[in-house]
Amino acid sequence: MIIPRVPVQHRRLLPDHRLSGPTPWVIAILMMLTLLAAAAGVGLARSANAIGAAIAGRVTVQIVTANPVVRAEQAAALRRRAAAQSFVRSARSVDQQELRATLGQWFGSEEGGGGDDPVLKSLPLPALVDIDFVGEDRAGHMQALRTLVAEEAPGARIIPHAEWLGPVAQLIRSLAWVAGALVVLMTLASAAVVIMTARAALGTHYATIEMLHLIGATDRQITRLFQRRIAIDTAYGIALGSVVAAAILLLIGWQWSGVTSGLAATASLGPTGWALLLALPLLAIALAALTARQTLLAALKKIL
Amino acid sequence: MVEFNGVGLRYGPDAEVLADISFNLQPGSFYFLTGPSGAGKTSLLKMLYLAQRPSRGIVRLFGEDLVAMPRHRLPGFRRRIGVVFQDFRLISHLSARDNIALPLRIAGVSEEDLSGPVGEMLSWIGLDERAEARPATLSGGEQQRVAIARAVIARPQLLIADEPTGNVDPEMAMRLLGLFEALNRLGTTVVVATHDVHLISRIDNAQMMRLEKGRLADPTGALRYPPANRI
Repeated sequence: MIIPRVPVQHRRLLPDHRLSGPTPWVIAILMMLTLLAAAAGVGLARSANAIGAAIAGRVTVQIVTANPVVRAEQAAALRRRAAAQSFVRSARSVDQQELRATLGQWFGSEEGGGGDDPVLKSLPLPALVDIDFVGEDRAGHMQALRTLVAEEAPGARIIPHAEWLGPVAQLIRSLAWVAGALVVLMTLASAAVVIMTARAALGTHYATIEMLHLIGATDRQITRLFQRRIAIDTAYGIALGSVVAAAILLLIGWQWSGVTSGLAATASLGPTGWALLLALPLLAIALAALTARQTLLAALKKIL
Repeated sequence: MVEFNGVGLRYGPDAEVLADISFNLQPGSFYFLTGPSGAGKTSLLKMLYLAQRPSRGIVRLFGEDLVAMPRHRLPGFRRRIGVVFQDFRLISHLSARDNIALPLRIAGVSEEDLSGPVGEMLSWIGLDERAEARPATLSGGEQQRVAIARAVIARPQLLIADEPTGNVDPEMAMRLLGLFEALNRLGTTVVVATHDVHLISRIDNAQMMRLEKGRLADPTGALRYPPANRI
């Protein structure tokens, strides 16, 4: 039982000063930070996984043949041949218009998108073919693709996406681990707060405890009294911290929903993440009750 | 009922505060424990009401060795002992009624079953009008009466009182002594630590235990080998 049942008359053995001490407030702050760190960790981990999955099997073949007609023919031939291979999931020629639109965002153009900008149109842009592999045999697939490229577009460069987005995914993954470590540290800090609270409660009510012992109360009876009080106080703190954290997360989520570009768009909590965030407060209450119980029993054993 | 044999008690590395204490308390007997201040009366009482284990010797209570007894078994024995403390030790945030009801509640008696005895006890000590008063609002004598009521409400087999009449007027002192005597007649063994010589003379057949400098004066050996044991 997380919050033990204690008869009403027994509850009165401890003075009723609910939320009077700092414990619920400290626990509320720690719980809020824990939930925010956990949400950040889950979001970052999912983002890293999404990026990793997206880039792991993707390469871009960059054809830089000087003659634009030959270049286009090579790109079309390569796309056709690649699409027919068993190790390729999809092959797509990147449209020149799309390339110019992308460059237009960087160089600026009169039309905004840059698709028909005469300056951009005059640039000798390479032909790009995006290829997604199937399966996990990346090295084997790369070797087969190199052979294919050598046949269809000699001199073309193969750019594995994992090479340039991999470090970013690794960084995000590291940040997720840091967030996880913060969750663990704040959980330990919360347990320490509960231990200090339990010890302080024993000190404050030592005379009552001694009296209860002398009239025949068992350690279990006394522990239940204090465990109940501490569990309820920490539950108040956890509930308060959870509500504030939920409000912050919803606000961030609402603002995040407007972000649709780049890496930021891959960050989300997902059902598992939300389930974890919902489970954390319950786990925290159970941890607090268990910690209080063990602390109290250990302390009471030192009294005859 | 209670057997002390060669019992010594020391706190930390200091010299023994009690040495070579040996006596037998007979069931249904009445004992006064006397001695000058600092003789060790309170330390002896602490061992009797199981707040302290001896440093050496044998202590047997209700036929069981308490020195080697595991800690978890002590509450069961404590429930058979009533204690009146010199400083009352009432729980300050509980009413007089709740303080008196405490031993019964700890023992698991239902609220329905305990309301009668608690009410009777409040009437007997003359505090039924002040049943809901907190200890801080009671006089010293009233607190003493509540403490005594708490000690006797569960009908203990052994009643230990440390200066129980120190804060009450002579009339109340006699009433309290009358209660102890009545409980004694019902079979409760009573040990009263007191300086009050008038109190001692009021109880017939009471035996006196005198402590001096941590040792029990037992010139006739009657405390160690009471008549019943000799036979």
